[in-house]
This record gives sequence, C-alpha cells and structure tokens, in this order.
Amino acid sequence: MSATDRILNRAAQEVVAGSIVNLGIGLPTQVIHFLPDDFDVQIHSENGILGAWKQAQPEAMDPFLIDSAGAYVTTRPGSSFFDSAVSFAMIRRARLDLTMIGAFEVDASGNLANWKIPGKFSPGIGGAMELAQKTRRIVVLTTHTDKKGRSKILETCRLPLTAKRCVNRIISDLAVMDVTPDGLVVREILTDISDAELQELTEAKLTFTGAEAANDGQ
Amino acid sequence: MKKNRSIEDAIAAIPSGATVMIGGFGNPGTPFSLINELVRQGQTDLTLIKNDANEPGHGISRLIENGQVKKLITTHIGLNKKVIEIMNAGDLIVEFHPQGILAEKIRTAGAGSFGFLSDIALDSEITRPEDLLDWQGRTYKVEMALNAQFALVHAARADTMGNLAYRSAAINFNPLMAMAADCVIAEAIDVGDPGCIPPEHVHTQSAFVSLLVALPSLTSDYGVMAHHVRH
Repeated sequence: MSATDRILNRAAQEVVAGSIVNLGIGLPTQVIHFLPDDFDVQIHSENGILGAWKQAQPEAMDPFLIDSAGAYVTTRPGSSFFDSAVSFAMIRRARLDLTMIGAFEVDASGNLANWKIPGKFSPGIGGAMELAQKTRRIVVLTTHTDKKGRSKILETCRLPLTAKRCVNRIISDLAVMDVTPDGLVVREILTDISDAELQELTEAKLTFTGAEAANDGQ
Repeated sequence: MKKNRSIEDAIAAIPSGATVMIGGFGNPGTPFSLINELVRQGQTDLTLIKNDANEPGHGISRLIENGQVKKLITTHIGLNKKVIEIMNAGDLIVEFHPQGILAEKIRTAGAGSFGFLSDIALDSEITRPEDLLDWQGRTYKVEMALNAQFALVHAARADTMGNLAYRSAAINFNPLMAMAADCVIAEAIDVGDPGCIPPEHVHTQSAFVSLLVALPSLTSDYGVMAHHVRH
C-alpha cells in the first residue's frame, strides 16, 4: 500500500455512520473512494452540495456538478444544492460533524497552517478558516514529512495560522496522533517503524501509550 | 421590459477601472462567454471579485494573464499556479477572505445592509485591530458589506424579463452577486418567454437583472476538464 493510500485507508475509518462530513481539497477529497458504496454519510462540499458522492461514470459526468476540488461527482438520494452563503451558514452554525483537512504544518497544540507560505505558495483560505473553527471534529491528513524530509508535525507552527487549537487528530502515512492537553499522543503506528524512529522523524514531542504497531503488512 | 442584448453591447457597458463581481466556483457557474468577451474588448484596471481564479487559460485567469486586472478579491487560487506566479511577481494585488465571509459580505450588500458581526479568524493575520468591536462582553469582527458596479452571472435558464434559474453546483455565488451589483449582466444557456420558469423555481428575480445575453452555444470552457477525471 502506498503512503497516500495508507493515509486514506485509515482516514476512511474516521467517518462515523449517520454523520455530515466535509472533505478538504487534496488528500481528504480522495477519502470518499475508500468508503463502502452504501455507507451512510452525507458529504458536504462547500461549493454547494449536501450529499455529494463518488465520481460519475465517464459517460454520465456533468460539467456543472463538481466537488470543491473539481471532481465530477454524483449525488445521493436526499441530496440538496444551495448557494455559497447557505453552504457556510451550515458550517458556521456547526451542522458538520467532521472535517478532514490538509496541512502545510500542524502542531502539538492543535494549531493548523494550510493557507499561506509567504512569497512562495499561497493557495488562500477557501473554506478552511470557517471549517477549522466551527466543525465539531477536525482530522488533519498529511504526509508526516515534506518533500525535503522535514517534519510537518511541529512543536509550534511557523507559518500564518488557519485556526488556533482546532485539530483533534492527525493521520499521517506513519501514525495516528491525538492532540491532548499534554501534547501529541500516538494512538497507532501505521507502518513498520519503531517508536524511536517515529520520534526521530517528528519535530513535536510525542507521547507513546504502548499501543501495538498496526503494521498493515501490504 | 426586454433585457436581451448582444454580448458585445452588454460587455461594452463595463468601463476600464470598474469593479466586477463574477459568479462561479471553479468551472460551474462561471460566465465564460461574458468573460471571453471582456478579454476581447480589453478593458483594463479592473477589480474582480470571484471565489477563485479559475484555471490557467480559462475564465478570469485569461483576464489576469492578459494584464487587465489590478486587484482580485477572492478566497482560494490554489488550482491556478499561473495566477500565484503573477501575484508573487507583484503584478496583481490579491485580497483573501474566508469563503463564507466573502459570500456573506456580498449577501449583506445584496440585502441593502452595511455589515455584520463575525467571530471567524479574530486572531488571524487577516484581521486588523481596528476591525474588532467589543460589545456587551464579547469581541466580534466587523465585516463590511461588499458591493460592485457590475456582476457577471451564469444561469441555466432565463426568461426575457430577466428571471434566472441555476443548476446544481453552478449556483454558488451567482444569486448573491446578482443582488449586490448595480448593473447585473446575466448569460443563460436557455432563454424563453416569460412564464417558462415556474414562479417558485425562479432563483434570481427579474428586478435584480439589468441585461441578459442568450448563449447560442457553449464553448469548450464549459465542458469536462480531463485532468479532473480520476482514473
């Protein structure tokens, strides 16, 4: 299993039946492909869909029906369309149970940075500030390190923040970590790596609970 | 009152230096035909208000790449590396807002009000101290309404009076912008006689629409983009 698939496969297990979930642009929107076809969930896509579902068959793709990342999605029975003010009313009124979101940096206090790398790559805020501040549960999906091998999981974020103290859980290609009042606690290790090796690859101090390594063996 | 115009006449109403709201989230709801005519006519020093910058070579990215835009008020341009380069080179001023806050600023202007109080991003770098208001024990951010001289919107159906109906994910910012601009120019795929849209299915009422352009056909801009198809 690739590092990306390992994140997505584990992320899919975060989706609780009967919930309303927003999936951010990038890795999170791909989580939908790892859910069973009949799974009971309503995907909120902030461009104006409640009840978005997997990609349409090629002959049925509708260029006017995309998710927030541009994929040609389908909708499920009971779905609805609405304008952007209504879409974010739903978010700010805390009607969403879970948002999975990408990160440039995330830290031990649950701070999230994913909108601006000054002078280099500033994709912008999109829905991230409102989603991060107002969704009941925030799970960050990220590679553990960047392309240069530097930890993306920091003691304190250095980039401009999207929202403070908003993240509940981090799922990387190496581990599942929870943000607690005592910092990051490792809940699962997702690959063949020791506690010491995981800490070596992580800038933030990690606490290990003695959880068994869940090597996926693939 | 008939509002039909040729696309040339409708876009000629926009002078250089104008502030223009443009509907769309990604492709759906983007009025590509009106934008392409604005590229052809060449008005400059425009301030655009749009959720995103479309993608390189498409939609408002063409206006920006063509040097017609001095400022973009937006939420997310992550799918357009070209516009990020132009911004980083200092050739385009970009003002980012949280997406729902931008929508609400536009909705507020469209409702004839002047601002609202928010608790989003109070301690972010997008918030200046002078934007904060302490009121009865809580701190809020004052978000001012956002209006514009022009709005360009895309509708699936229209009648010749200017009533509009949108389809699926092409609603997004269109009905909000159609209420918030002084002169609203709508393009529609299908234009019929008054009554062709059942009254309860009218999304934007004729009172808000100034000029209407019937699209003879849809260009490839409106189609499926191969790189967004997952294999």
